Amino acid sequence: MALRDFFDRIEPNFHKGAKWERWFPVYEMVESFLYTPKTVTTAAPHARSYIDMKRIMTYVVIATIPCILMALYNTGLQTNLAVAEYGPSGWRAAIIGGIGIGFNPSNPIANMLHGLLYFLPIYITTLVAGGIFEVIFATVRKHEVNEGFLVTSMLYTLILPATTPLWQVALGIIFGVVIGKEVFGGTGKNFLNPALTGRAFLYFAYPAQLSGDSVWVPVDGFTGATALAVSASDGFQELAARGMTWWDSFIGVIPGSLGETSTLAALLGLAFLLVTKIANYRMVVGCLGGMIVFSLLLNLIGSETNPMFAMPWYWHLVVGGYAFGLVFMVTEPVSGSHTNLGRYIYGALIGFMVVMIRVVNPAFPEGMMLAILFGNVFAPLIDYFVVQANIRRRARRNV
Amino acid sequence: MAQTYRTMLVDPMVDNNPITLQVLGICSALAVTSSMSVALVMTIAVTLVTGFSSMFISVLRSQIPSSIRIIVQMIIIASLVIVVDQVLKAYAYEISKTLSVFVGLIITNCIVMGRAEAFAMKNPPLASFVDGVGNGLGYGLILMLVAFVRELFGAGSVFGLTIFETVNNGGWYNPNGLLLLPPSAFFIIGLIIWAFRSWKPEQVEEREYRIQTVEAH
Repeated sequence: MALRDFFDRIEPNFHKGAKWERWFPVYEMVESFLYTPKTVTTAAPHARSYIDMKRIMTYVVIATIPCILMALYNTGLQTNLAVAEYGPSGWRAAIIGGIGIGFNPSNPIANMLHGLLYFLPIYITTLVAGGIFEVIFATVRKHEVNEGFLVTSMLYTLILPATTPLWQVALGIIFGVVIGKEVFGGTGKNFLNPALTGRAFLYFAYPAQLSGDSVWVPVDGFTGATALAVSASDGFQELAARGMTWWDSFIGVIPGSLGETSTLAALLGLAFLLVTKIANYRMVVGCLGGMIVFSLLLNLIGSETNPMFAMPWYWHLVVGGYAFGLVFMVTEPVSGSHTNLGRYIYGALIGFMVVMIRVVNPAFPEGMMLAILFGNVFAPLIDYFVVQANIRRRARRNV
Repeated sequence: MAQTYRTMLVDPMVDNNPITLQVLGICSALAVTSSMSVALVMTIAVTLVTGFSSMFISVLRSQIPSSIRIIVQMIIIASLVIVVDQVLKAYAYEISKTLSVFVGLIITNCIVMGRAEAFAMKNPPLASFVDGVGNGLGYGLILMLVAFVRELFGAGSVFGLTIFETVNNGGWYNPNGLLLLPPSAFFIIGLIIWAFRSWKPEQVEEREYRIQTVEAH
């Protein structure tokens, strides 16, 4: 336990009045990342639970592993497919050329490596830029830097297109961390999802780099509409003609943001989160129900001018960011509703809104990000009404 | 009267700013701050209306029956707003088209009514005029700050002069589209309030709720 001894030896330097007092949050961050946090509840009641914040956050990161692997594979696959047509360029091509593994899209290792070269710069930028601001706030406001940022940074990376310029990546995560979380008091007090706040900022600030036809596959000259854009213009039947089958979408080998194309990977993460009881199943049920019911209703109504009306619910499930958002964003405990009935309503509201935005609003082909932020804003209100209804019900019982 | 003309003029800039401390007049601050020249015209218009309406109301203050004072105040303010609107239409037609309804809406700007009610009804005309001008300028200061940030980073220019050459014109600057949308002013005003209150902690309001911590036994 040389590492433990090392921590014990340097710890007094960070205590009040010692020379590195200001940097205690940084010490605490590294120490509690490696070991069990030392803070314990001092006041009664002493309910014991093995699920603390560190475990919740770490489990969410573990749950994203299938998505990360798919992100690496699919980004590489899409890039290599396009490289075959447009030719390689840039420093990534030089590295791959140096290793000598080539750009063969049927070689999974080559795909993973190429994907990694897109994933890593974005992820490292996110960690550094967001981490600096986390530490600034932690030192000034004297709270801890906790594992929540690991989750935020990973989710944020996975929902960005691979072509996002790195300075925009940094700007987005800084906005997400500061405006989405720290101004409200840090982890546990954020009413918006910080990762989505950052992405929404980029989406409205730099629409050219975050949406459109040429941002999803990082090869110069390549353009290809996303599944949702195709469905919005020509109907979902057209997808098959463009070579995107339902199974392709489900497994995630279609162009899209880094980690959100694969419904399968997201569902694997969901299974893990549900088994470990990190995610609350009520939100998932609500969100699926809202989406399925409302899309069935729209199928029934139909429209002659808008082909999106005919899109069945099982297509809504696999295209765009629906599955990823459902698993990792809707179930986020802090920004969602906190009452059990409220969780169903909260989920259903998001499911309803995502179909609403996708189908009825022509300005935004994808609606998951906006629907979840909308749900986040309404979550406290839903809780309020659920609590008030309960109070009224019990008051009537006692007349 | 402890207030001198100087403090009446200077106080509303930072210490008692109508936007950052009293949080009044936010609506127009969101709407007219996408470019600096428009914000400047709006500042001048609001300053003139606040100053003169306060002065006229103060002149009439002992004649106005208190039961209908709001109506009388509104008539005075509305007349001044119409004058400003007509002058703008005559001499700065393009800008008046950009400002459109917001010149007319100066009449509902809480700052104007607020100063009339809170100050002009109790103070002599000259003091009321100075107070009105001071508050108009305090409003304008924030307007100009917000407009500066929004125009510089949203369009790469200041008063229409290019500072950062944008990518579309062959330059290097990638303009931030969010700053051209009105909601961005919310963030900027919020950040300005944050900065002001860090600088002057006495402006921080008392908390309505405090999270209770239980003492350990």
